[in-house]
Amino acid sequence: MNLQRHPLLYGSIPWVLPVLLLAVWEAGTRVGWISDRVLPAPFAIVQSFVALTLSGELWGHLKTSCWRALSGFGIGAGVGIVLGFWTGTSHLMERFLDTSVQMIRNVPHLALTPLVILWFGIGEEAKIFLIALGVMFPVYLNTFHGIRSVDRQLIEMGRAYGLDRWKLFRDVILPGALPSILVGIRFGLGVMWLTLIVAETIAASSGLGYMAMNARELLQIDIVVLAILLYALLGKLADYLARVLEERWLRWHPNYQRAAG
Amino acid sequence: MKMSETEEARLGEAGSAHGVAVDARALCKRYGALTVLHELELNIAPGEFVAIVGRSGCGKSTLLRLLAGLEAPDGGRLEVAGEERRGLSDHTRVMFQEARLLPWKTVLANVGLGLSGDWRTKALDILTQVGLAEKASEWPAVLSGGQRQRVSLARALIHTPRLLLLDEPLGALDALTRIEMQSLIEDLWRRYGFTAVLVTHDVSEAVALADRVVLIEEGRITLDRRVPLARPRERGSPEFGALEKEVLHRVLGRTAPGGEA
Repeated sequence: MNLQRHPLLYGSIPWVLPVLLLAVWEAGTRVGWISDRVLPAPFAIVQSFVALTLSGELWGHLKTSCWRALSGFGIGAGVGIVLGFWTGTSHLMERFLDTSVQMIRNVPHLALTPLVILWFGIGEEAKIFLIALGVMFPVYLNTFHGIRSVDRQLIEMGRAYGLDRWKLFRDVILPGALPSILVGIRFGLGVMWLTLIVAETIAASSGLGYMAMNARELLQIDIVVLAILLYALLGKLADYLARVLEERWLRWHPNYQRAAG
Repeated sequence: MKMSETEEARLGEAGSAHGVAVDARALCKRYGALTVLHELELNIAPGEFVAIVGRSGCGKSTLLRLLAGLEAPDGGRLEVAGEERRGLSDHTRVMFQEARLLPWKTVLANVGLGLSGDWRTKALDILTQVGLAEKASEWPAVLSGGQRQRVSLARALIHTPRLLLLDEPLGALDALTRIEMQSLIEDLWRRYGFTAVLVTHDVSEAVALADRVVLIEEGRITLDRRVPLARPRERGSPEFGALEKEVLHRVLGRTAPGGEA
Protein backbone atom coordinates (compact mmCIF):
# COMPACT_ATOMS: atom_id res chain seq x y z
CA MET A 1 0.00 0.00 0.00
CA ASN A 2 1.31 3.40 -0.89
CA LEU A 3 0.71 5.55 2.18
CA GLN A 4 1.42 8.80 0.36
CA ARG A 5 -1.82 8.33 -1.59
CA HIS A 6 -3.92 8.59 1.59
CA PRO A 7 -3.50 12.14 2.84
CA LEU A 8 -5.28 11.52 6.14
CA LEU A 9 -3.27 8.42 6.93
CA TYR A 10 -0.02 9.98 5.72
CA GLY A 11 -0.68 13.16 7.70
CA SER A 12 -1.16 11.21 10.90
CA ILE A 13 2.23 9.42 10.76
CA PRO A 14 4.12 12.02 12.89
CA TRP A 15 1.51 11.66 15.64
CA VAL A 16 1.63 7.87 15.94
CA LEU A 17 4.59 7.82 18.33
CA PRO A 18 3.39 10.58 20.70
CA VAL A 19 -0.09 9.02 20.93
CA LEU A 20 1.39 5.58 21.56
CA LEU A 21 3.65 6.94 24.32
CA LEU A 22 0.68 8.69 25.88
CA ALA A 23 -1.34 5.46 25.87
CA VAL A 24 1.49 3.47 27.49
CA TRP A 25 1.94 6.20 30.05
CA GLU A 26 -1.76 6.31 30.98
CA ALA A 27 -1.92 2.50 31.17
CA GLY A 28 1.30 2.39 33.22
CA THR A 29 -0.02 4.77 35.87
CA ARG A 30 -3.38 3.00 36.07
CA VAL A 31 -1.82 -0.43 36.54
CA GLY A 32 0.67 1.00 39.03
CA TRP A 33 3.96 0.49 37.17
CA ILE A 34 4.61 4.19 37.39
CA SER A 35 4.25 5.82 40.82
CA ASP A 36 2.31 9.10 40.73
CA ARG A 37 5.18 10.67 42.69
CA VAL A 38 7.39 10.08 39.64
CA LEU A 39 4.95 10.85 36.89
CA PRO A 40 1.26 11.66 37.30
CA ALA A 41 -1.27 10.12 34.91
CA PRO A 42 -2.00 12.09 31.72
CA PHE A 43 -5.56 12.44 32.89
CA ALA A 44 -4.44 14.11 36.14
CA ILE A 45 -2.44 16.58 34.05
CA VAL A 46 -5.48 17.34 31.91
CA GLN A 47 -7.44 17.93 35.10
CA SER A 48 -4.92 20.41 36.47
CA PHE A 49 -4.78 22.03 33.02
CA VAL A 50 -8.54 22.56 33.11
CA ALA A 51 -8.44 23.81 36.69
CA LEU A 52 -5.62 26.28 36.02
CA THR A 53 -7.30 27.46 32.83
CA LEU A 54 -10.62 28.05 34.57
CA SER A 55 -8.97 30.00 37.37
CA GLY A 56 -7.23 32.18 34.78
CA GLU A 57 -3.87 31.50 36.39
CA LEU A 58 -2.47 29.58 33.42
CA TRP A 59 -3.47 32.25 30.94
CA GLY A 60 -1.72 34.89 33.02
CA HIS A 61 1.53 32.90 33.15
CA LEU A 62 1.33 32.02 29.49
CA LYS A 63 0.77 35.64 28.49
CA THR A 64 3.71 36.82 30.56
CA SER A 65 6.02 34.14 29.14
CA CYS A 66 5.02 34.78 25.54
CA TRP A 67 5.37 38.52 25.93
CA ARG A 68 8.91 38.10 27.33
CA ALA A 69 9.85 35.62 24.61
CA LEU A 70 8.55 37.74 21.75
CA SER A 71 9.90 41.08 22.90
CA GLY A 72 13.32 39.55 23.58
CA PHE A 73 13.23 37.84 20.21
CA GLY A 74 12.12 40.99 18.41
CA ILE A 75 14.93 43.07 19.87
CA GLY A 76 17.57 40.38 19.40
CA ALA A 77 16.59 39.43 15.86
CA GLY A 78 16.21 43.10 14.86
CA VAL A 79 19.67 44.02 16.14
CA GLY A 80 21.13 40.83 14.59
CA ILE A 81 19.64 41.53 11.16
CA VAL A 82 20.68 45.18 11.14
CA LEU A 83 24.25 44.36 12.23
CA GLY A 84 24.40 41.48 9.75
CA PHE A 85 23.29 43.70 6.87
CA TRP A 86 25.77 46.32 7.92
CA THR A 87 28.82 44.09 8.19
CA GLY A 88 27.66 42.03 5.21
CA THR A 89 27.54 44.99 2.85
CA SER A 90 30.47 47.03 4.13
CA HIS A 91 34.00 45.71 4.45
CA LEU A 92 34.91 48.55 6.77
CA MET A 93 32.09 47.65 9.16
CA GLU A 94 33.09 44.01 8.99
CA ARG A 95 36.65 44.82 9.99
CA PHE A 96 35.41 47.10 12.75
CA LEU A 97 32.75 44.86 14.24
CA ASP A 98 33.17 41.23 13.32
CA THR A 99 36.07 40.33 15.62
CA SER A 100 34.27 41.78 18.65
CA VAL A 101 31.05 39.98 17.81
CA GLN A 102 32.87 36.69 17.34
CA MET A 103 34.56 37.11 20.74
CA ILE A 104 31.33 37.86 22.58
CA ARG A 105 29.57 35.06 20.71
CA ASN A 106 31.88 32.50 22.24
CA VAL A 107 30.69 33.33 25.76
CA PRO A 108 27.49 31.32 26.42
CA HIS A 109 24.95 34.05 27.04
CA LEU A 110 23.44 32.13 29.95
CA ALA A 111 26.79 32.45 31.74
CA LEU A 112 25.96 36.15 32.03
CA THR A 113 22.84 35.40 34.11
CA PRO A 114 24.38 36.31 37.51
CA LEU A 115 25.75 39.55 36.08
CA VAL A 116 22.45 40.38 34.40
CA ILE A 117 20.58 39.79 37.67
CA LEU A 118 23.01 42.14 39.43
CA TRP A 119 22.40 44.76 36.76
CA PHE A 120 18.65 44.51 36.34
CA GLY A 121 17.44 42.59 39.38
CA ILE A 122 14.87 39.92 38.62
CA GLY A 123 12.57 42.26 36.71
CA GLU A 124 11.47 41.92 33.11
CA GLU A 125 14.55 43.69 31.72
CA ALA A 126 16.88 40.90 32.87
CA LYS A 127 14.93 38.19 31.06
CA ILE A 128 14.33 40.20 27.90
CA PHE A 129 17.99 41.20 27.81
CA LEU A 130 19.14 37.59 28.09
CA ILE A 131 16.75 36.41 25.38
CA ALA A 132 17.70 39.27 23.04
CA LEU A 133 21.39 38.55 23.58
CA GLY A 134 20.95 34.85 22.88
CA VAL A 135 18.81 35.39 19.77
CA MET A 136 21.04 38.07 18.31
CA PHE A 137 24.06 35.89 17.53
CA PRO A 138 22.55 33.16 15.36
CA VAL A 139 20.50 35.77 13.48
CA TYR A 140 23.54 38.03 13.02
CA LEU A 141 25.83 35.22 11.85
CA ASN A 142 23.34 33.81 9.37
CA THR A 143 22.41 37.23 7.99
CA PHE A 144 26.08 38.09 7.50
CA HIS A 145 26.81 34.73 5.94
CA GLY A 146 23.70 34.96 3.73
CA ILE A 147 24.69 38.36 2.34
CA ARG A 148 28.26 37.27 1.75
CA SER A 149 27.18 34.14 -0.09
CA VAL A 150 24.86 35.90 -2.57
CA ASP A 151 26.03 34.91 -6.06
CA ARG A 152 28.60 37.53 -7.22
CA GLN A 153 27.52 36.94 -10.80
CA LEU A 154 23.96 38.00 -9.99
CA ILE A 155 25.26 41.16 -8.33
CA GLU A 156 27.40 41.93 -11.37
CA MET A 157 24.40 41.32 -13.62
CA GLY A 158 22.28 43.66 -11.50
CA ARG A 159 24.90 46.40 -11.78
CA ALA A 160 25.25 45.86 -15.52
CA TYR A 161 21.48 46.17 -15.87
CA GLY A 162 21.47 49.55 -14.22
CA LEU A 163 20.16 48.76 -10.72
CA ASP A 164 21.03 51.47 -8.20
CA ARG A 165 22.27 50.55 -4.72
CA TRP A 166 18.81 50.37 -3.16
CA LYS A 167 17.31 48.28 -5.98
CA LEU A 168 20.37 46.02 -5.97
CA PHE A 169 19.80 45.44 -2.26
CA ARG A 170 16.04 44.95 -2.58
CA ASP A 171 15.98 42.80 -5.73
CA VAL A 172 19.24 40.86 -5.52
CA ILE A 173 21.04 40.90 -2.16
CA LEU A 174 18.12 40.66 0.29
CA PRO A 175 16.25 37.82 -1.50
CA GLY A 176 19.54 36.02 -2.04
CA ALA A 177 20.34 36.20 1.67
CA LEU A 178 16.81 35.35 2.80
CA PRO A 179 17.17 31.53 3.00
CA SER A 180 20.14 31.96 5.31
CA ILE A 181 18.41 34.68 7.36
CA LEU A 182 15.44 32.37 7.92
CA VAL A 183 17.78 29.61 9.12
CA GLY A 184 19.12 32.14 11.63
CA ILE A 185 15.60 33.00 12.72
CA ARG A 186 14.76 29.35 13.33
CA PHE A 187 17.91 28.94 15.38
CA GLY A 188 17.00 32.12 17.22
CA LEU A 189 13.55 30.79 18.08
CA GLY A 190 15.15 27.72 19.67
CA VAL A 191 17.48 29.91 21.71
CA MET A 192 14.53 32.09 22.66
CA TRP A 193 12.62 29.24 24.41
CA LEU A 194 15.74 27.85 26.04
CA THR A 195 16.70 31.21 27.48
CA LEU A 196 13.15 31.94 28.57
CA ILE A 197 12.92 28.67 30.49
CA VAL A 198 16.27 29.14 32.22
CA ALA A 199 15.61 32.77 33.07
CA GLU A 200 12.12 32.11 34.42
CA THR A 201 13.28 29.13 36.42
CA ILE A 202 16.12 31.02 38.08
CA ALA A 203 14.52 34.33 38.82
CA ALA A 204 10.90 35.22 38.22
CA SER A 205 7.65 35.87 40.01
CA SER A 206 5.39 34.99 37.11
CA GLY A 207 5.46 33.03 33.87
CA LEU A 208 5.46 29.33 33.01
CA GLY A 209 8.91 28.71 34.52
CA TYR A 210 7.83 30.33 37.77
CA MET A 211 4.67 28.24 37.74
CA ALA A 212 6.74 25.07 37.40
CA MET A 213 9.23 26.04 40.12
CA ASN A 214 6.46 27.04 42.48
CA ALA A 215 4.65 23.73 41.86
CA ARG A 216 7.89 21.86 42.56
CA GLU A 217 8.10 23.42 46.02
CA LEU A 218 4.50 22.37 46.70
CA LEU A 219 5.14 18.90 45.21
CA GLN A 220 2.47 19.49 42.52
CA ILE A 221 4.19 17.25 40.02
CA ASP A 222 1.23 17.36 37.59
CA ILE A 223 1.70 21.12 37.17
CA VAL A 224 5.45 20.68 36.66
CA VAL A 225 4.79 18.20 33.84
CA LEU A 226 2.08 20.48 32.42
CA ALA A 227 4.55 23.37 32.23
CA ILE A 228 7.07 21.18 30.41
CA LEU A 229 4.42 20.04 27.93
CA LEU A 230 3.39 23.64 27.30
CA TYR A 231 7.00 24.57 26.55
CA ALA A 232 7.14 21.72 24.05
CA LEU A 233 3.93 22.90 22.37
CA LEU A 234 5.03 26.53 22.23
CA GLY A 235 8.37 25.49 20.75
CA LYS A 236 6.59 23.46 18.11
CA LEU A 237 4.26 26.39 17.37
CA ALA A 238 7.16 28.78 16.87
CA ASP A 239 8.88 26.31 14.58
CA TYR A 240 5.67 25.89 12.59
CA LEU A 241 5.37 29.65 12.13
CA ALA A 242 8.96 29.83 10.93
CA ARG A 243 8.20 27.11 8.38
CA VAL A 244 5.13 28.96 7.15
CA LEU A 245 7.32 32.02 6.59
CA GLU A 246 9.90 29.93 4.75
CA GLU A 247 7.28 28.43 2.49
CA ARG A 248 5.86 31.83 1.75
CA TRP A 249 9.09 33.75 1.22
CA LEU A 250 11.06 30.96 -0.46
CA ARG A 251 8.35 29.86 -2.89
CA TRP A 252 10.87 30.32 -5.71
CA HIS A 253 13.36 27.94 -4.17
CA PRO A 254 13.35 24.46 -5.75
CA ASN A 255 13.59 22.91 -2.25
CA TYR A 256 10.32 24.53 -1.24
CA GLN A 257 8.30 23.86 -4.35
CA ARG A 258 5.49 21.39 -4.01
CA ALA A 259 5.62 18.41 -6.34
CA ALA A 260 2.81 19.90 -8.43
CA GLY A 261 4.41 23.38 -8.70
CA MET B 1 37.80 47.53 -44.55
CA LYS B 2 35.85 46.51 -47.63
CA MET B 3 32.12 46.11 -47.68
CA SER B 4 29.70 44.92 -50.33
CA GLU B 5 27.16 47.48 -51.48
CA THR B 6 24.17 45.63 -50.05
CA GLU B 7 25.82 45.37 -46.66
CA GLU B 8 26.65 49.03 -46.72
CA ALA B 9 23.04 49.81 -47.54
CA ARG B 10 21.77 47.65 -44.70
CA LEU B 11 24.19 49.14 -42.22
CA GLY B 12 23.17 52.53 -43.54
CA GLU B 13 19.47 52.17 -42.83
CA ALA B 14 19.23 49.99 -39.71
CA GLY B 15 22.68 50.68 -38.27
CA SER B 16 22.81 54.41 -38.09
CA ALA B 17 19.23 54.45 -36.79
CA HIS B 18 20.05 52.33 -33.81
CA GLY B 19 23.42 50.60 -33.52
CA VAL B 20 26.53 52.35 -32.25
CA ALA B 21 30.10 52.37 -33.54
CA VAL B 22 32.88 50.88 -31.44
CA ASP B 23 36.42 52.12 -31.75
CA ALA B 24 39.26 50.56 -29.77
CA ARG B 25 42.75 52.00 -30.17
CA ALA B 26 45.88 50.50 -28.59
CA LEU B 27 43.69 48.93 -25.92
CA CYS B 28 45.65 47.33 -23.06
CA LYS B 29 44.51 45.29 -20.09
CA ARG B 30 46.74 43.76 -17.44
CA TYR B 31 46.01 41.60 -14.41
CA GLY B 32 49.08 41.95 -12.22
CA ALA B 33 52.07 40.85 -14.24
CA LEU B 34 49.89 39.19 -16.87
CA THR B 35 49.08 41.27 -19.94
CA VAL B 36 45.79 40.07 -21.36
CA LEU B 37 45.29 42.59 -24.17
CA HIS B 38 48.28 44.01 -26.11
CA GLU B 39 47.50 47.33 -27.81
CA LEU B 40 44.45 45.88 -29.44
CA GLU B 41 42.88 47.70 -32.38
CA LEU B 42 39.26 47.08 -33.33
CA ASN B 43 36.68 49.09 -35.25
CA ILE B 44 33.06 48.08 -35.44
CA ALA B 45 30.56 49.88 -37.65
CA PRO B 46 27.10 50.80 -36.33
CA GLY B 47 24.76 47.82 -36.59
CA GLU B 48 27.52 45.41 -37.45
CA PHE B 49 27.60 41.84 -36.07
CA VAL B 50 31.13 40.88 -35.08
CA ALA B 51 32.11 37.47 -33.73
CA ILE B 52 35.26 37.13 -31.65
CA VAL B 53 36.84 33.69 -31.62
CA GLY B 54 39.97 32.35 -29.99
CA ARG B 55 41.26 29.77 -27.58
CA SER B 56 40.48 29.87 -23.87
CA GLY B 57 42.44 32.59 -22.14
CA CYS B 58 43.23 34.55 -25.31
CA GLY B 59 41.59 37.68 -23.91
CA LYS B 60 38.29 37.63 -25.80
CA SER B 61 36.10 37.67 -22.70
CA THR B 62 38.26 40.42 -21.21
CA LEU B 63 37.68 42.51 -24.33
CA LEU B 64 33.95 41.99 -23.91
CA ARG B 65 34.09 43.06 -20.26
CA LEU B 66 35.91 46.23 -21.31
CA LEU B 67 33.30 46.92 -23.99
CA ALA B 68 30.60 46.41 -21.35
CA GLY B 69 32.27 48.85 -18.99
CA LEU B 70 32.45 46.16 -16.30
CA GLU B 71 36.20 46.73 -16.22
CA ALA B 72 38.40 49.66 -17.17
CA PRO B 73 41.32 49.43 -19.64
CA ASP B 74 44.89 49.99 -18.42
CA GLY B 75 45.91 51.76 -21.59
CA GLY B 76 44.67 52.93 -24.96
CA ARG B 77 41.31 54.38 -25.77
CA LEU B 78 37.90 52.80 -26.10
CA GLU B 79 35.11 54.76 -27.72
CA VAL B 80 31.52 53.65 -28.02
CA ALA B 81 29.15 55.87 -30.00
CA GLY B 82 31.94 58.40 -30.31
CA GLU B 83 32.31 58.81 -26.55
CA GLU B 84 35.00 57.37 -24.34
CA ARG B 85 33.72 54.39 -22.40
CA ARG B 86 33.63 55.18 -18.69
CA GLY B 87 31.90 52.52 -16.65
CA LEU B 88 28.50 51.04 -17.38
CA SER B 89 26.17 52.53 -19.92
CA ASP B 90 22.43 52.40 -20.48
CA HIS B 91 22.76 51.71 -24.18
CA THR B 92 24.88 48.57 -23.67
CA ARG B 93 23.54 45.25 -22.44
CA VAL B 94 25.33 41.96 -21.82
CA MET B 95 24.11 38.40 -22.25
CA PHE B 96 26.28 36.30 -19.99
CA GLN B 97 27.49 32.74 -20.39
CA GLU B 98 25.17 31.72 -17.58
CA ALA B 99 21.67 33.13 -17.90
CA ARG B 100 22.03 34.84 -14.49
CA LEU B 101 18.29 35.02 -13.88
CA LEU B 102 17.14 35.96 -10.40
CA PRO B 103 15.66 32.71 -9.04
CA TRP B 104 13.28 34.59 -6.71
CA LYS B 105 11.60 36.54 -9.50
CA THR B 106 9.18 35.15 -12.03
CA VAL B 107 10.22 34.99 -15.66
CA LEU B 108 8.23 38.15 -16.37
CA ALA B 109 9.76 40.05 -13.44
CA ASN B 110 13.23 38.95 -14.52
CA VAL B 111 12.64 40.46 -17.95
CA GLY B 112 11.37 43.67 -16.38
CA LEU B 113 14.29 43.93 -13.93
CA GLY B 114 15.18 47.51 -13.15
CA LEU B 115 12.31 49.01 -15.17
CA SER B 116 9.64 51.21 -13.70
CA GLY B 117 6.23 52.31 -14.89
CA ASP B 118 4.20 50.01 -17.10
CA TRP B 119 6.88 47.43 -17.82
CA ARG B 120 4.63 44.37 -17.73
CA THR B 121 3.08 44.85 -21.17
CA LYS B 122 6.48 45.53 -22.65
CA ALA B 123 8.03 42.51 -20.92
CA LEU B 124 5.24 40.24 -22.10
CA ASP B 125 5.66 41.56 -25.64
CA ILE B 126 9.41 40.82 -25.63
CA LEU B 127 8.78 37.38 -24.09
CA THR B 128 6.40 36.68 -26.97
CA GLN B 129 9.16 37.62 -29.41
CA VAL B 130 11.50 35.03 -27.86
CA GLY B 131 8.64 32.51 -27.80
CA LEU B 132 8.22 32.20 -24.03
CA ALA B 133 5.03 34.16 -23.29
CA GLU B 134 3.37 31.12 -21.74
CA LYS B 135 6.17 30.81 -19.18
CA ALA B 136 5.76 34.40 -17.93
CA SER B 137 4.58 33.44 -14.44
CA GLU B 138 6.96 30.51 -13.90
CA TRP B 139 10.02 30.50 -11.65
CA PRO B 140 13.34 30.31 -13.53
CA ALA B 141 14.14 27.05 -11.70
CA VAL B 142 11.66 25.11 -13.85
CA LEU B 143 13.05 26.33 -17.21
CA SER B 144 15.47 24.42 -19.42
CA GLY B 145 18.89 25.86 -20.25
CA GLY B 146 17.74 27.13 -23.64
CA GLN B 147 14.63 28.73 -22.17
CA ARG B 148 16.72 30.50 -19.53
CA GLN B 149 18.92 32.00 -22.22
CA ARG B 150 15.81 33.12 -24.10
CA VAL B 151 14.64 34.94 -20.97
CA SER B 152 18.08 36.47 -20.59
CA LEU B 153 17.94 37.63 -24.23
CA ALA B 154 14.52 39.16 -23.62
CA ARG B 155 15.85 40.88 -20.48
CA ALA B 156 18.63 42.45 -22.56
CA LEU B 157 16.39 43.46 -25.48
CA ILE B 158 13.71 45.16 -23.35
CA HIS B 159 16.22 47.98 -22.83
CA THR B 160 16.52 48.34 -26.64
CA PRO B 161 20.31 48.34 -26.38
CA ARG B 162 22.38 49.96 -29.11
CA LEU B 163 25.25 47.59 -28.33
CA LEU B 164 24.53 43.99 -27.35
CA LEU B 165 27.44 41.96 -25.99
CA LEU B 166 27.10 38.20 -26.00
CA ASP B 167 29.61 36.31 -23.86
CA GLU B 168 29.35 32.71 -25.10
CA PRO B 169 25.66 32.64 -24.16
CA LEU B 170 25.01 29.42 -26.05
CA GLY B 171 28.05 27.48 -24.89
CA ALA B 172 26.19 25.25 -22.47
CA LEU B 173 23.28 24.38 -24.78
CA ASP B 174 22.79 21.22 -26.81
CA ALA B 175 23.43 21.40 -30.57
CA LEU B 176 19.80 21.71 -31.70
CA THR B 177 18.82 24.30 -29.11
CA ARG B 178 21.95 26.21 -30.03
CA ILE B 179 21.00 26.43 -33.71
CA GLU B 180 17.47 27.55 -32.76
CA MET B 181 18.90 30.23 -30.50
CA GLN B 182 21.31 31.38 -33.20
CA SER B 183 18.52 32.04 -35.67
CA LEU B 184 16.50 33.77 -32.95
CA ILE B 185 19.42 36.07 -32.17
CA GLU B 186 19.94 36.74 -35.88
CA ASP B 187 16.26 37.56 -36.41
CA LEU B 188 16.14 39.94 -33.46
CA TRP B 189 19.41 41.58 -34.50
CA ARG B 190 17.98 42.22 -37.96
CA ARG B 191 14.75 43.57 -36.49
CA TYR B 192 16.35 45.89 -33.92
CA GLY B 193 19.54 46.86 -35.76
CA PHE B 194 21.78 47.00 -32.69
CA THR B 195 25.52 46.47 -32.92
CA ALA B 196 26.34 42.94 -31.75
CA VAL B 197 29.61 41.52 -30.44
CA LEU B 198 29.57 37.76 -29.88
CA VAL B 199 32.36 35.94 -28.09
CA THR B 200 32.30 32.25 -28.92
CA HIS B 201 34.34 29.06 -29.02
CA ASP B 202 32.25 27.77 -31.85
CA VAL B 203 33.66 28.77 -35.26
CA SER B 204 30.56 27.52 -37.05
CA GLU B 205 28.42 29.77 -34.84
CA ALA B 206 30.69 32.71 -35.64
CA VAL B 207 30.46 32.11 -39.39
CA ALA B 208 26.69 31.59 -39.21
CA LEU B 209 25.96 34.84 -37.41
CA ALA B 210 28.67 37.41 -37.96
CA ASP B 211 29.43 40.01 -40.63
CA ARG B 212 33.05 39.73 -39.52
CA VAL B 213 34.93 37.06 -37.64
CA VAL B 214 37.80 38.34 -35.54
CA LEU B 215 40.44 36.01 -34.11
CA ILE B 216 42.30 37.01 -30.95
CA GLU B 217 45.54 35.25 -30.10
CA GLU B 218 47.56 36.21 -27.03
CA GLY B 219 45.77 39.51 -26.68
CA ARG B 220 46.14 40.62 -30.31
CA ILE B 221 43.87 40.44 -33.32
CA THR B 222 45.49 38.06 -35.80
CA LEU B 223 42.62 37.57 -38.23
CA ASP B 224 39.79 39.85 -39.27
CA ARG B 225 37.71 38.04 -41.86
CA ARG B 226 34.58 39.39 -43.51
CA VAL B 227 31.83 36.80 -44.03
CA PRO B 228 30.36 37.59 -47.46
CA LEU B 229 27.60 34.98 -47.34
CA ALA B 230 23.98 36.05 -47.81
CA ARG B 231 21.55 35.67 -44.92
CA PRO B 232 19.99 33.46 -43.74
CA ARG B 233 23.08 31.33 -44.16
CA GLU B 234 22.98 27.71 -45.10
CA ARG B 235 25.30 25.65 -42.97
CA GLY B 236 25.50 22.88 -45.55
CA SER B 237 26.69 25.08 -48.40
CA PRO B 238 30.25 24.68 -49.76
CA GLU B 239 31.07 28.39 -49.25
CA PHE B 240 30.04 28.14 -45.61
CA GLY B 241 32.11 25.00 -45.15
CA ALA B 242 35.18 26.52 -46.80
CA LEU B 243 35.04 29.65 -44.67
CA GLU B 244 34.48 27.70 -41.49
CA LYS B 245 37.44 25.50 -42.33
CA GLU B 246 39.64 28.49 -43.07
CA VAL B 247 38.88 30.17 -39.75
CA LEU B 248 39.17 26.93 -37.82
CA HIS B 249 42.59 26.29 -39.34
CA ARG B 250 43.73 29.71 -38.22
CA VAL B 251 42.34 29.17 -34.72
CA LEU B 252 44.22 25.89 -34.50
CA GLY B 253 47.38 27.62 -35.69
CA ARG B 254 47.79 25.92 -39.07
CA THR B 255 48.11 27.89 -42.26
CA ALA B 256 44.89 27.81 -44.20
CA PRO B 257 44.98 26.42 -47.69
CA GLY B 258 44.72 29.51 -49.89
CA GLY B 259 43.48 31.59 -46.96
CA GLU B 260 43.50 35.39 -47.23
CA ALA B 261 43.91 36.83 -43.79
